[in-house]
Amino acid sequence: MSETLVEKEVLERVIGEALGRGGEFAEVFVEDRATSSAVLDQRRIEELSSGRDRGAGIRVLVGETTGFAHTADLSERGLLAAAHAAAAVAREGGGGVREIALGDLRDHPTHAVVLPGDVEKAKKIELLRHADDIARSEGSSITQVQVALGDSTRRFVVANSDGVFASDHQVRTRFNISCVASGDAGMQTGYRPVAGTRGFELLTMQAVEDAARGAARQAITKLDARPAPSGDLPVVLAGGSGGILFHEACGHGLEADAILKNASVYAGKVGQQVASSLVTLVDDGTVTGEWGYLAIDDEGRPGARNVLIENGILTDYMWDYLRARKEGRISSGNGRRQSYQHLPMVRMTNTYLLAGESDADEIVAQTARGVYVAQLGGGQVNTATGDFVFGMTSAFLIEDGKITAPLRDCNLIGNGPDVLQRVDAVAKDFSMTPGTCGKDGQSVPVGTGQATMRLTGVTIGGTAA
Amino acid sequence: MSELVERAQRILESVQGDEQIEVYLSSGVDTEVQAYQGEIENLSSATSSGIGIRVLRDSASGAQVGTAWAGSLDEEAVSDALREARDNARFATEDEYLAFARPDGVAGASLELSDPSVLSTPIEEKIAMAIELERMVRGGDARIRQVDSANYSDYVAEAAIVSTTGIRATYARSGAYVSVEAIATDGVSDQTGWGLSAGRAPRDLDLREAATDAISRATRMLGAVKPASMKCTAVFDPRSTATLLSIVGGALSGEAVVYGRSFFANRIGEDVASSLFTLIDDPTDPRHFAASVFDGEGLACRRNVLIEKGNLMGFVYDTVSARRAGTVSTGSAVRGGVAGSPSAGCRALVLEPGDVDQVEMFRRVGEGIFVESMSGVHSGVNPISGDFSVGITGLMIRDGQLAEPVREITVASTLQRMLLDVLYVGNDVDWLPGTAAGQSLAIGGIAVSGS
Repeated sequence: MSETLVEKEVLERVIGEALGRGGEFAEVFVEDRATSSAVLDQRRIEELSSGRDRGAGIRVLVGETTGFAHTADLSERGLLAAAHAAAAVAREGGGGVREIALGDLRDHPTHAVVLPGDVEKAKKIELLRHADDIARSEGSSITQVQVALGDSTRRFVVANSDGVFASDHQVRTRFNISCVASGDAGMQTGYRPVAGTRGFELLTMQAVEDAARGAARQAITKLDARPAPSGDLPVVLAGGSGGILFHEACGHGLEADAILKNASVYAGKVGQQVASSLVTLVDDGTVTGEWGYLAIDDEGRPGARNVLIENGILTDYMWDYLRARKEGRISSGNGRRQSYQHLPMVRMTNTYLLAGESDADEIVAQTARGVYVAQLGGGQVNTATGDFVFGMTSAFLIEDGKITAPLRDCNLIGNGPDVLQRVDAVAKDFSMTPGTCGKDGQSVPVGTGQATMRLTGVTIGGTAA
Repeated sequence: MSELVERAQRILESVQGDEQIEVYLSSGVDTEVQAYQGEIENLSSATSSGIGIRVLRDSASGAQVGTAWAGSLDEEAVSDALREARDNARFATEDEYLAFARPDGVAGASLELSDPSVLSTPIEEKIAMAIELERMVRGGDARIRQVDSANYSDYVAEAAIVSTTGIRATYARSGAYVSVEAIATDGVSDQTGWGLSAGRAPRDLDLREAATDAISRATRMLGAVKPASMKCTAVFDPRSTATLLSIVGGALSGEAVVYGRSFFANRIGEDVASSLFTLIDDPTDPRHFAASVFDGEGLACRRNVLIEKGNLMGFVYDTVSARRAGTVSTGSAVRGGVAGSPSAGCRALVLEPGDVDQVEMFRRVGEGIFVESMSGVHSGVNPISGDFSVGITGLMIRDGQLAEPVREITVASTLQRMLLDVLYVGNDVDWLPGTAAGQSLAIGGIAVSGS
């Protein structure tokens, strides 16, 4: 970090103040985030926006209780006031202000090559216009194109009473394009994101053009879409966005906060067969450049590669500091927070299914009748029951082993533990997709990934018989 | 309050040349308590403030707007934001329709939306409410095996919008909520239920109602089965109806319409819904949780009839979308805090109540499905094409009464079809937090996808 957000001595005094009423653990998280975005719509550059958010969140643990306060005032006085507010949960009195000595800062420079601040605004606009042109050149039925470009530079320092003192510099860049195609039967939409924990170098001409063409073609193809079937059918998920299935179907249920409250169908199942033997699921914060990459999590713990399910056997859950402390173990590097205004909790990073041995084309060829899902949208899960849904935003019928008619958008629905048993083929063609994961009102960037794979049966929520 | 306005007015003084400036300032205080196993799990308190600045440059060939925001009101953050907004404006495409709102003579409704007792209520009382709520749910039914979280939260917020085009509006609002999620078990499988109560102050909250709702939703789903696929009438509960109305409201945004992203475009005067369906956006009704005196551009909010007896009457507009459509703002600018720019949107939707209660509706429907919760709304509903497919849990309706619980199914149709297929509108309006109130609503021709 080129400049210090808050001096070490100040952090030490603030942690000392936070522990002053008998807290067992205190943490200061100081964050400075600069964001910028540009939007093209209706062929117009509609808006450039810049934002700056800076502040600190302070938490104090006393027994089973967490006290938390945040402030945008980074002066010592402001931080001490927030520390005092966070400490209010410790009502026992305690022994006065504690002496805290932090060691050397563990700093983590960004891997970004072209930093957002070094990119001319005119260059961003040129990129938006180019994407718009490419999308519209795909066909006259493209009537709407919306392109957005955003970047964020997030620097934070986290220090706690266990001696953690670390900082990170996270640069993320995101581009997305949405197209509307209009035909006799109404309007259809296409969408493609490109996002990474990288600088502007992420947006190569090739990446932008591929996304623009992909979004336009998706919308145009869906103009001929027929209503999706209704009922149970085999489903082949194309590599990439299908990973959201694992994010929803079991990822959230493997987060230790749900486990420790016995509010997950996977509680108490470590060592048991919870999935088909083809399933090896990993959550991995160390994949450099991916959307869910982090050098350290928001509690200062290094990002890690954690195997959650190995050959169908549940091996471990994901942990943050608080939940790991309760179990007398260490965090798995999954403590994340949306901003300094939020408490950290257990979150995924990049969650993916390891590739298998099959050939993607053969998986389709060996499916007599089913649905081929080229792109999944978002999803949602109830961790206590395991029931989940996720939306297909680009899907086709499979008839006699061939991909045929496009289908209209609809949701798939299933039960996590059940669907994990239904994986009967996994191909070699692995890829990843960026997404935004929402949990208890907090959004964080995550990656999901998988290779082309087949589920023996999933309920398709369409309208056709 | 006047302090915020004065602060905003001072920023306007730095206006240069032909530009216009709009300043949106906000500040707030939040408290949040989570209870677990009779103890405080989390206690958060915070004050926050922020500024959003928009700068408009005018020229012969059109206007350009640039925006910037900051999460604090310190001098440096404010001057940085103004400089960035000014710079950003240079890069926008010149557009003859861009403009900031100007006073239109419509007076704001007289509404008291902020209750000072939120701040004067001691924190101990707020903590006690969360703990009591958890206790009520745990003790309310032997089948409740876990309470995932029992929460109390409140806020008091103020905002001011001023502009060099003559806008000077201030807002104050408060809110208090309790919510709880219960997990019930029958020894074989688990089900969850969620209850809430909302108001403008702690004294408005009904813990018993939230607890009872969570318990009954969780327990009556026990033993739920996956039914066979079928086509039938669905009765949506008030919460689900509110979600539906919010989605329909999105397609009634003048912005979606002028941009050709709404299935309602070019259909003014047509019958787009059943004659039982009269949809109004009315932020001036104080019963509505999202009631507001001013919109996101500082114009007075007003009552807008959008669909009357099935006939499409109009859309909601902010200043810019109205200019594009050749009309005037309906006082319907919404914005997502200081970081968001105004856009046209519904704020306080309500469906004119019908003449049947829920029990009578079940009786009239006879055979069908009662939708108690929906999931995957953001992934399964396409507001542009109108495709609709959501996961639900609920109960079958047999012989005019609620029967066995069902789960792991989807209900699907298109929004266009659903509006026309409305069979009964309930009289049981629930003024829920969010952009829409809801009541029981029966819709025919729904495809249920199960086993």
